[in-house]
Amino acid sequence: MQKVIASLNIEVNDEGYLTDFSQWNKAIGEEIALYEGIVMTDEHWKVIEYLQDQHRKNVPLSIRKIGKSGVVAIKDFYRLFPKGPLKISSKIAGIPKPVSCV
Amino acid sequence: MKRLLILGAGTAGTMMANHLRPKLDNQTWEITLVDEEKIHYYQPGFLFIPFDIYTPEMVKKPIERPVPKGVNLIQETIDRIDKDNDTVYLQNGDTLTYDILIIATGTKPVPEEIEGMKGDQWYKNIFDFYTYEGSIALRDKLRNWEGGKLVMHICEMPIKCPIAPLEFVFLADSYFIEKGMRDKVDITYVTPLSGAFTKPKATEALNYLLEEKGIKIVSDFNIEHVDSENNRIVDYAEESVEYDLLVTVPTNMGSPMIERSGFGDELNFVPTDKATLQSTVKENIFAVGDATNLPTSKAGSVAHFEGEILTENILRYINGEELKADFDGHANCFIETGHGKALLIDFNYTQEPVTGTFPFPGVGPLKLLKESRLNHVGKMAFRWVYWNMLLKGRPIPFVSAEMSEAGKELA
Repeated sequence: MQKVIASLNIEVNDEGYLTDFSQWNKAIGEEIALYEGIVMTDEHWKVIEYLQDQHRKNVPLSIRKIGKSGVVAIKDFYRLFPKGPLKISSKIAGIPKPVSCV
Repeated sequence: MKRLLILGAGTAGTMMANHLRPKLDNQTWEITLVDEEKIHYYQPGFLFIPFDIYTPEMVKKPIERPVPKGVNLIQETIDRIDKDNDTVYLQNGDTLTYDILIIATGTKPVPEEIEGMKGDQWYKNIFDFYTYEGSIALRDKLRNWEGGKLVMHICEMPIKCPIAPLEFVFLADSYFIEKGMRDKVDITYVTPLSGAFTKPKATEALNYLLEEKGIKIVSDFNIEHVDSENNRIVDYAEESVEYDLLVTVPTNMGSPMIERSGFGDELNFVPTDKATLQSTVKENIFAVGDATNLPTSKAGSVAHFEGEILTENILRYINGEELKADFDGHANCFIETGHGKALLIDFNYTQEPVTGTFPFPGVGPLKLLKESRLNHVGKMAFRWVYWNMLLKGRPIPFVSAEMSEAGKELA
């Protein structure tokens, strides 16, 4: 479905994740973040850039992997994106909701 | 003489030895299995030990028993793989060279990964049940436990047999009802996932069962540490859950040997092509079972389905043919729900578990994603199937390696 984010028509799924990463821009990320109650800072963007980079390389993400990446400690990841950090940061980054392996 | 080396003589490794020995000429191919363990455990049985449903004797056999004739078994600890020189180093200093290597070293719970977990209270009021020792220690605890807050907890995904923790709380519910003390026990299920399971339809069915049995669920809980002094687990968001008895599934990791070999992901799992089972490390290295990083369940049924496809691909590799990209992530699991009933789920990488009949469309006799007594009978019969068919590499009648959509109520 389509949703207007940062004055643009953006394709999202029913949970609000972008379905086409190429539509993403920083203003969209900022608006999604605000909706989640987060005001973006450089510290936040550093994490988002890392997630997008991993997404481009098709690397599946997990909280443990992010903690080991050297980009952000898990504790800080929770401070920056409280409650579900990986889900919320993925939404802001415009990448799909992370799937946990079963 | 060419050498095929299999690291790990557990479910997947033993199965591969049984698949390949009759297919590879004795005069040309030597097959060697390496494992330090002396016992082969029927791991699905660990779930039943704490509730006195199985005795410890029912879940073990000498490790050499299911190994076929014509396969060497070396019982030594593996130090590392030198992939550039096609050599495996053992801890006793011996070296083994290979033409083809299959890594089947599985996964193990590592309680040391979580601060405060393996301290003074380990096996006093903090237990795991995915190990032989843990399941027996927990059985002894439950026999005399007077009740209180029982917390079943999962540290992080992926874990071996991701439905076993749910089965644990369902069986605990029946166990305490039968002991006439269910009112003295408060059961809570704590998971890093957003619900009971990772797949939506199964989560819906399982959430309903939890509710029906009066089991609370705390979801999206990512443990940071165990505060064993105050009997609580604390997550990164600083939420905590109190317990009197904590049954946890520690972080699951691949063998430290993988890390020593210089490959493997952050949990020591082997990077593996999810359709061919060839590792992405080197073309003559394959991986099977829990040791891989495949995005499917770590379970014996998965190893079984992988085994059929990997056997074909090893033969193709030997003949210089293109590998079959056929593995679809097929998993098939019975879920014990207590009181002599069970559910059955059948799924793969893309198709989540749904309701229906199995294995014959419209007939069953097993029901998918619905409780039935016959499903429970199937689960109990599985111990025989495991030793006599699964490990031997025999196909399970009517159940193919690639998942079938027949009989499933697809949306």
